Amino acid sequence: MSEALIMTGRAIRISRRNVDALITAMALPVMLLLVFVYFFGGAIKTDTESYVMYVVPGVLLLCAGFGSSNTAIAVTEDLKGGIIDRFRSLDISGTQILTGHVIASVARNLIATTLVLALAFAIGFRPSATPAGWLAATAVLLAFILALSWLSAAVGLLAKSPEAAGGFTFFVSFLPYPSSAFVQTSDMPTWLQPFAENQPVTRVIDSLRGLLLNQPVGWTPWVALAWCAAILAASAGVSGALFRKRTA
Amino acid sequence: MPPTRAPAAIEATALTKTYGTGDRAVPVLRGIDLHVPHGTVFALLGPNGAGKTTAVRILTTLTEPDAGTARVAGHDIRTGQREVRRAISLTGQFAAVDETQTGAENLRMMARLAGLPRAGARTRAAELLARFGLTEAGDRLVRTYSGGMRRRVDLAAGLVGDPEVIFLDEPTTGLDPRSRQEMWQVVRDLTAEGTTVFLTTQYLEEADQLADRVAVLHEGVIVAEGSAATLKAQVGGHRLDATFTTREAYLHLSPRATHHSPETLTLGFPTDGTAGGVRELLDALDPDRTRLSAFALRTATLDDVFLTLTGPSRPKGLTHV
Repeated sequence: MSEALIMTGRAIRISRRNVDALITAMALPVMLLLVFVYFFGGAIKTDTESYVMYVVPGVLLLCAGFGSSNTAIAVTEDLKGGIIDRFRSLDISGTQILTGHVIASVARNLIATTLVLALAFAIGFRPSATPAGWLAATAVLLAFILALSWLSAAVGLLAKSPEAAGGFTFFVSFLPYPSSAFVQTSDMPTWLQPFAENQPVTRVIDSLRGLLLNQPVGWTPWVALAWCAAILAASAGVSGALFRKRTA
Repeated sequence: MPPTRAPAAIEATALTKTYGTGDRAVPVLRGIDLHVPHGTVFALLGPNGAGKTTAVRILTTLTEPDAGTARVAGHDIRTGQREVRRAISLTGQFAAVDETQTGAENLRMMARLAGLPRAGARTRAAELLARFGLTEAGDRLVRTYSGGMRRRVDLAAGLVGDPEVIFLDEPTTGLDPRSRQEMWQVVRDLTAEGTTVFLTTQYLEEADQLADRVAVLHEGVIVAEGSAATLKAQVGGHRLDATFTTREAYLHLSPRATHHSPETLTLGFPTDGTAGGVRELLDALDPDRTRLSAFALRTATLDDVFLTLTGPSRPKGLTHV
């Protein structure tokens, strides 16, 4: 346990100094929020009073995508050098090393999320969530970030180079588009609707939107949490095996 | 009670390792035995691809051997993995420190991982920085370090836990001559304190300078073992450089030689350096006394040992007649 803490301190120090990646991970979601609200917002019809009320959860998820994909790059950087061997020769397990990266990723994401939320307030986002609603929304978002960070760590173990790991960014930042993030799924082509309505990103976004706007959400947050738990369990499990394979 | 013999720092028997399976199987180690007494420096010498790194990875428990047994610092590499890892340190070919942490942060982190409390880690890091001449650079990010400094901080990181046995996998590969000298001094200081050092190198001079015993690894087999002096004696102790009159003669005898200088049509051959031995060799090389224009006798270097034992004796790109 204390090893995982030391690994976390390390990963946080490293990401703090990786200024370029940090600025990108913070600035991109902020820019996207502005772009969606002011450029596209007027042309997209939603059942909320204003587009900013609709789009914030989607931007939070995009932000989570960018933030956690840096985990993949950090993991490949580790594998490229000899430091993993040194850690292993100090009897530090793969799980501990990866946990450090994942927690650093969650920390980065929370900062970016706060930034986006603050800006959203400034431009008219007025959530009406109950305290329990806020708590539940935070839990769902945290679970999503955690799951995505572990998935990203697994991708980092699969990728042969940091450049290849960077490709993961593209994939995760694409997933929110065919979802309820920016456009209501009922306005999408019929062949796309089944996917758009049922993919995990939509579940997470619908939960966040419902909880933050204090609308009835039914079972959706539980479905979202189940998705996150499944992604997390699969990624963490696969990571363990991949780590042993890559470092044997 | 029977007298207990102090076990060697490293003891390996019949280690084998093959990568890949079926048609693509590449045997990397084909049964190597090692015996390294406590407090000595052992050099595993071999060209690229000889299996040196694999041997180190097996002894440091990072890779499992297919067969064979080994004990390091008294613990079995399979059943006592944890104990072996606590007793050793490994400095590999690639710097195993974080570029985006400072030298001091890297060392503190390693010291914490080795089990020291926060304050103890701080003291230990400062000590090591001072010892490796890195005190001033300690608060700079490692990515600003020179190659030699990087290698030193890397070695320092391996020493935080006071290891009994230190593994250095090609510690000076890619270093400039000055940094190499500094690194050698560091290794000499380590052995002065009684630490056992196992190093791999492709530089014969390095093994000659540092090691008490040298083993030559070639294609997964140890082809020779002994002190640098014994190994030199094994190939005769001397080398005769013969300069030929024609390219044909040069090419004809090229396969027997251990040294090749095509520009000057000169080949080097091992010899014992006695008058009789030299005369015999000259007769064998040039029975008609027409091919040789000059010769010179030199003391053999480890290079000669190496080339004699591992071949191929023909330099690349030269077709022979």
